[in-house]
Amino acid sequence: MNSIFGDRKTIFILLAPALVLYTLLKVVPVGWSLGLSFFEGNSLRGFEWVGVQNFTTFFTDPAALQSMWVSVFFAIVATALQVALGYALALLYVFVLRKGSTLVRTLVFFPTVLPTVAVAMLFRSFVAVGENQGPINDIINFFGGESVEVLASTVGTMTTAIAMTLWSSMGFYAVLLYAGLLDIPEEVIESARLDGANGFKLVRHIVVPLSLPILLSSIIFSLNATLKVFDSLLALNGGGPGTSTAPMTLYMYRTAFEYAEYGYGSTIAVILTALCLVFTLAIFRSSRRKAEV
Amino acid sequence: MTLTHTDTAYTVATPTVRKTGPNRTRRGLTKALRRLPVWILVAVLMIVVLYPQVWMVLGSFKTQSEFLSNPALSLPETWNFDNYVTALTNGNVARNWLNSVLVTIPSVLLIVFIGVAAGYALEVMIWKGRNGVLLYILAGIMVPGQMILVPLFITYFRIGITDTLWPLIITYTVMGLPLTTFLMATYFRSVPREIFEAATVDGSGPLRSFFVIGIPMMKNSIITVALVQFFSVWNDLLIALTFTTRPDLATIQVGLLSLSDEYGSTQYGPLFAAVSINIVVLLILFLTLNKKIMAGMAGGALKG
Repeated sequence: MNSIFGDRKTIFILLAPALVLYTLLKVVPVGWSLGLSFFEGNSLRGFEWVGVQNFTTFFTDPAALQSMWVSVFFAIVATALQVALGYALALLYVFVLRKGSTLVRTLVFFPTVLPTVAVAMLFRSFVAVGENQGPINDIINFFGGESVEVLASTVGTMTTAIAMTLWSSMGFYAVLLYAGLLDIPEEVIESARLDGANGFKLVRHIVVPLSLPILLSSIIFSLNATLKVFDSLLALNGGGPGTSTAPMTLYMYRTAFEYAEYGYGSTIAVILTALCLVFTLAIFRSSRRKAEV
Repeated sequence: MTLTHTDTAYTVATPTVRKTGPNRTRRGLTKALRRLPVWILVAVLMIVVLYPQVWMVLGSFKTQSEFLSNPALSLPETWNFDNYVTALTNGNVARNWLNSVLVTIPSVLLIVFIGVAAGYALEVMIWKGRNGVLLYILAGIMVPGQMILVPLFITYFRIGITDTLWPLIITYTVMGLPLTTFLMATYFRSVPREIFEAATVDGSGPLRSFFVIGIPMMKNSIITVALVQFFSVWNDLLIALTFTTRPDLATIQVGLLSLSDEYGSTQYGPLFAAVSINIVVLLILFLTLNKKIMAGMAGGALKG
């Protein structure tokens, strides 16, 4: 039996396409990019070995540091808010709406499948000002306020981007955490209730500790996704005003493909990858320490 | 434990004793009142989620003069489809849709077929080092797309396929493979081994078992994985923006991005129409398959 399931020819036929494609087009390019980060130039001009100069440039380049700050800020704020909001929604589904939550769950999830570019267009029109102004400014005018040009300021753009991210992802995190909450045995909650734990107390001392693993997975997933934010900030305001809301992904894209600085672009990509790893490991380690205590 | 038991028995017993007419209606009323904050909360939630989309779709029926003179909150005066016609003819939206379809369908088919085969080879087949290979493929999930863009761009340019849609199809396939392979391996793990062993006893080779038993048994999981990949390919901007060198190769997301620059401050109707086409088409797809989509996306996130 085992010899049949160990048939080398079959294994080769089934696995080779995936392994070859993955190695040639993912693993090799990752190594290549890593190597490119020590060079300067592009394929037309030629490459020149510069050692770690790209990395030192990065940490003295104000635009690069700004983009790193944007990425980290966006990742932390968006993660904190979307996981918290998703968790609140999941609690609402499980404990308040119970079996009647199907429709709400579906409708709140829907924006997740909408293309980020379309969502960005929608929010851009929503806060628009001028000849055709959006509902936000209409409401401000209705209460006697002056129209605000939200996307003209860094704070306004960032706020809109975060609101937009929350709008489109809260339903996703709600479903993710809802699945985790359903796994908590009914009896545990029931007996805690009878012991006098109710409402906030029940959530704080019973529900949160029991759903901690799925909460941590959500945080790691969310951090990894939001550190790579690209479409929403590009489509919302082009990383503007100026480049004040351009994340690392956008800075990397512009450096590599608009200014044809392949080497420096690769360096930014390497730092972004390292950042993703550091965030994930940090969360892992802090969770392990908590588990030991 | 015994105490708990009597407690529940007591609470269950009480309502039957109190089942008298007026008391019951008052209880019903207080219950409804206590539910009131919940209903308000749900209503607010629904408005927040639905209103922007409804507003966008309504806006796509407005004329330019309505945009300029009527407040944003008003309904369109007449339902005209001119904006859709303009968007589809002027704005290249039809071409963009075609490109997106031409890229997404082959990519998803390739991802799923190659991924399922690899998942089978890694989980059902027995050989030394398969865990190592699975881990090797799994590592790819962590790497951001930016990391492979420059080398792939150089390669595609050198082999001269930058004037086609192939760079997109190839890149999407590679980006989707790690997660798909990993998910399929997990799904195959939950199938009892006896089924494959029984097929072998009946004289089926492992490759035949893959096609005759593996794929049909995985039909549901394959659809779920395919849907998740469909949305990630269809909604992608980064890869499409990097590898589409000519406007007539642009996918719907790239088209939408350039449309906003083109129409930005002048023509709102066609822009709203272009976004609305997206919302409506994806809504129809979502409503028909929502359970599979939600389960697939959540599963992919947790395992990824």
